[in-house]
Amino acid sequence: MSDRNSEAKQSSMEVFFNGLVKENPTFVLTLGMCPTLAVTTSAVNGLGMGLTTTAVLVLSNAIISLLRHIIPNRVRIPAFIVIVASFVTMVQLLLEGFIPSLYSALGLYIPLIVVNCIILGRAESFASKNPVIPSIFDGLGMGLGFTAALTAIGAVRELLGAGEFFGIPVINNVLGLFTTVEYVPISIFVLAPGAFFVLAALTALQNRVKRKMQEKGQNVDKIQSGCSSDCASCSDSGCAHRFVDVDGAPGSVADAKADRKKEG
Amino acid sequence: MLKVSSNPHIRSKDTTSRIMQYVVIALLPATVFGVFNFGLHALLLVLITVAATVLTEYIYDRCMNKKNSIEDFSAVVTGLLLALNLPPKAPLWIGVIGGVFAIIVVKMLFGGLGQNFMNPALGARCFLLISFTSIMTNFDCDAYTGATPLAAIKAGESAPQLLDMITGRTAGTIGETSMIALLIGAAFLLVMKVIDLRVPGSYILSFVVFILLFGGRGLDINYILSQLAGGGLMLGAFFMATDYVTRPITKNGQYVFGIFLGIMTGIFRIFGPSAEGVSYAIILGNLLVPLIEKVTKPTAFGKKKPKKEAA
Repeated sequence: MSDRNSEAKQSSMEVFFNGLVKENPTFVLTLGMCPTLAVTTSAVNGLGMGLTTTAVLVLSNAIISLLRHIIPNRVRIPAFIVIVASFVTMVQLLLEGFIPSLYSALGLYIPLIVVNCIILGRAESFASKNPVIPSIFDGLGMGLGFTAALTAIGAVRELLGAGEFFGIPVINNVLGLFTTVEYVPISIFVLAPGAFFVLAALTALQNRVKRKMQEKGQNVDKIQSGCSSDCASCSDSGCAHRFVDVDGAPGSVADAKADRKKEG
Repeated sequence: MLKVSSNPHIRSKDTTSRIMQYVVIALLPATVFGVFNFGLHALLLVLITVAATVLTEYIYDRCMNKKNSIEDFSAVVTGLLLALNLPPKAPLWIGVIGGVFAIIVVKMLFGGLGQNFMNPALGARCFLLISFTSIMTNFDCDAYTGATPLAAIKAGESAPQLLDMITGRTAGTIGETSMIALLIGAAFLLVMKVIDLRVPGSYILSFVVFILLFGGRGLDINYILSQLAGGGLMLGAFFMATDYVTRPITKNGQYVFGIFLGIMTGIFRIFGPSAEGVSYAIILGNLLVPLIEKVTKPTAFGKKKPKKEAA
């Protein structure tokens, strides 16, 4: 029993890093583009949006995973949305009460977290098919991956578009050491087109790093299956690597992992 | 033997580089007049911008292990067109940033000449216009202060003399002011059969019709001529809308493209907040080119037109 637990724990960590790096929701899955493009005008906004989404994602993943045997299959999407919407409302009220500046900066995009496809996507493809603990780690990994991506995009856009980093005018500070030249911000980067430029550039960079890792022989496949395609959309339900607990057995994560280890 | 350009609509034996050289020659009158009009800084800006585009393309080719593509002269044309679209007193780094953006983002990332979906010079101009609005709309220089003719007309102020607009002795970007110099270049391109009148003709005609209908001045020859001569319309219609890569290939499509540009330019100039709209109209038109080509595809000889199926 303890052996099985440790196996499950290890794979939880793997699930966590899966969301953070290998299956990063923004750069790899390109999910949740609406907040990605809209609120990343500064690093702080990206960070705030990411953490807010992470909180909602972890909580909703946990609850949906708990209720996965109770929710009838036919009404699962409305049920997911009700759960997500409750958490979003809570988070929204908390933000309004405690961090009003972030609340006003994110504005409309907080209620829109309800329909963020990362949250519904993880509920549909992971939390509704996996036990609670991996679901929480999946939410955490995906959420933090989203946060990292949004903060990176926000930081680049803020740096180029306003010459600042988290509100500090770094470029002018550095330039001021040597010259009297002032940085002229390229303001397209804080406007909508800049979001696309930066997103595309960072995705390309990410792909390059991934390819370098592959050349060095590191495994960069998504962990859910050996075939590097998403199990949720895979038609082969008899696949031995399928990362889904069809009968709700908590050990299936570990089993799938063990299978893969056996085959090398 | 002779190297024939890959595009189907060129029937002469000209190579890409020959065509591009013709375009450069055709742009020279406007460039020379711009330098004469605005002073040495304009010349420096033109040279720096062209150098930036050519150098960027060379370095990109080297870094990406691609065949060196600068000898087709398209980078020179891009740089020259971009420079002619800059205000005369713009700082030199504007030309460098615009040139790098035009070549790398608009042209090379999509696969280089022939693959770009948007005119690189115009893409870069719009990038600069959005990024550095105050620099790009400041047309003050030694010779002229104040607004461009179109902006003056839009604001209801007294516009410069019509003759000044046609010869080009007004404020504006380096290359757009002189209608005469641009028309000399356009005539050269028409004679050499580098361009034809389908796009520019339908563009200018539909623009005039639009101005007549919605300009609110009726048949005011003076107003119409100043709309034609006072802004970037001539430069855009003859040198940028006719870009082989970003205009439709089909004949009918070229008319549709020109009419679309005319209407969009009219809408931007009359109903939009800014006085000028040529560059946005052309890049919007560029984006529609695949759709235009799809609906105007001619039927092959001997084939019947496909009848519309009953829905």
